[in-house]
Amino acid sequence: MKKAMIQLEPLTCPSCMLKIEGGVKSLEGVESESINVSFNSSKVKLNFDDSKVSVDEIEKVITRLGYEVKKSQVKDI
Amino acid sequence: MLISAVLIVAAFISKLGFHNEEIAKWGMIIASVFGAIPIAIQAFQALRVKVVSIDVLVTIAVGGAFVIRNFEESAIVTFLFLFGAYLEQRTLNKTRSAIRELTEMAPESAFKQMENGEFEEVRVDDVDIGDVLLVKTGGKVPVDGTVLSGEGYVNEASITGESLPVGKDAGAKVFAGTILDNGTLQIIADRVGEDTTFGKIIELVEEAQDSKSEAERFIDRFSKYYTPAVLLLAVVVGLIWRDIELAVTILVLGCPGALVIGVPVSNVAGIGNGARNGVLLKGSEVISDFSRLDTMVFDKTGTLTIGNPKVADTIFYTDNEDEVKGFLTCVEKESDHPLAKAIVEYFGDFGTYSIEKTDVVKGGGIVAGISGHRVAVGNAALMRAENVAFTEKMTEDIALMETEGNSLVLTSIDGELKALIGIRDQIRPGVKDDLQRLKRLGVKNLVVLSGDNQGTVDIVAKELGLTEAHGHMLPEDKQKYIKELQAEGKIVAFVGDGVNDSPSLALAQIGIAMGSGTDVAIETSDVVLMNSDFSRLPHALGLAKATAANMLQNISIAVGVVLVLLASVFFSEWMNMSVGMLVHEASILVVILNGMRLLRYKLRY
Repeated sequence: MKKAMIQLEPLTCPSCMLKIEGGVKSLEGVESESINVSFNSSKVKLNFDDSKVSVDEIEKVITRLGYEVKKSQVKDI
Repeated sequence: MLISAVLIVAAFISKLGFHNEEIAKWGMIIASVFGAIPIAIQAFQALRVKVVSIDVLVTIAVGGAFVIRNFEESAIVTFLFLFGAYLEQRTLNKTRSAIRELTEMAPESAFKQMENGEFEEVRVDDVDIGDVLLVKTGGKVPVDGTVLSGEGYVNEASITGESLPVGKDAGAKVFAGTILDNGTLQIIADRVGEDTTFGKIIELVEEAQDSKSEAERFIDRFSKYYTPAVLLLAVVVGLIWRDIELAVTILVLGCPGALVIGVPVSNVAGIGNGARNGVLLKGSEVISDFSRLDTMVFDKTGTLTIGNPKVADTIFYTDNEDEVKGFLTCVEKESDHPLAKAIVEYFGDFGTYSIEKTDVVKGGGIVAGISGHRVAVGNAALMRAENVAFTEKMTEDIALMETEGNSLVLTSIDGELKALIGIRDQIRPGVKDDLQRLKRLGVKNLVVLSGDNQGTVDIVAKELGLTEAHGHMLPEDKQKYIKELQAEGKIVAFVGDGVNDSPSLALAQIGIAMGSGTDVAIETSDVVLMNSDFSRLPHALGLAKATAANMLQNISIAVGVVLVLLASVFFSEWMNMSVGMLVHEASILVVILNGMRLLRYKLRY
């Protein structure tokens, strides 16, 4: 398992959070309880199984929803 | 957005100025389409992940307006929606600015010593523990570390809130995010990245600004079902009454914007203000508890007082003061008791005597053999144990010193009392005014708890105007006392220095740590006063109250607006889609602007 922190462009509408959460949740390998989208700091934090999904794929989903990914960090847990 | 604005204006001009309905209509249609496309894309993306967002409501509403051929409405609604979103973004950025300023202080690069001994600039992520780094004048310290060589003055405002530069030379600790005002330092990295004190502060502030209170979680749950419910209501109205216009209006009015954004906006602005002023508030739950508190319990030493006891009074009963001073300092040098340290610091060096043997008497003092004399240094109990006889004058002196709030250290040589030393801890300057401010802010009970004797505690309490004072308290007694207060239904804040008092900090509803950048203090408490600055406490309380009030205002505004809008749909003539959208967007801006007031909050007293 790995832990990812993805920094997005500033989020402005609270419904964005639901969208991002829903989008990321649909990926296999992402632990759905661990997803935390924070509105004010515009960050997504989650745990994922790197044998099933890569951080690039997660970023791609977020980008496809219309949110720019600024940077991301992945750590082992 | 600009295109649709231009088209709408053009359409109005052609309609009103030239009475050309046809061109006006097409202008509006094109404006609607241009405006609706970005919204529809957002809506589509939301639906793909099974979320009914505001965009979905607006897109359907615009579609509905097209069906009933009301192009003017659809154009204006899309324009207002986009314009509102733009303003929201601008104002939200302002609201978040305080915390962004903090995170932008994070160091990005470092000069790292490479294998060939040269220093090269690298990204801060590439610095590991144990690396040797160079910090130049005006540069940021990139990690928490220890100075290897060089000297300089460091501005540690980002960690401690204290703006006076602090001198550093070899062996001194430096912190990430602080700025080297002058000089050059070579440091070795002890902690890097998120593990540095600065990294932890940022993480805590970021978590705090997004932490949710009970009320907020309720609103979140509510809005999750609210938007689909509005959609359902609109569909029902449209199908049963065949009134598409009404259905469309309901869709627009039903957007929950101000409600969901109101509380986070107050939260982020309040916490941002605190971060700028040396007060770390950990989240909206803390703010709401803090704003309602009625009892504040203080630890004495290190909180109300400086925590650095000093010799205040000395009386000698001897002709050979120097010898007594010499014996005394020699014995006290053996001890690391705070009172002993104060004595050594006060008297300095008075010759060295060889100590033959020392016995530490627990809860009493030290008995030592020096040059064939039996020297006892300690409290009155130790003197009684040593069978030291007091003259009447001595007894009077002791009583007087005790009532003045001194801790006493007595010295006897061969069973005769030779010296009486009174040691007092200084009250922090300005504490009295700060406590008065707290009282004016509505704190009813100000209590001091201390391990010191009751007399000392009473004097501090009297001098500072506290309501209650309890001495002889061990850490577990303090905990018990706080539990009792809580059982009486009081909301208790405990203010302490965060190390030995951490159980009490955790137990009280609000634990306030006088943190000078230490990890334990920052982590176990709910509120941290940076740089142990007591004077930030009234600001912290005032800010919490203002923030809590601000949240309540925002919730009231949001709920009020929705109620008024819904009522007017059914009971008034003037309500239509555009007006609804205008009011809706305006209410969002009002709550954001209201939240922004907190950024400028200052304690008025």
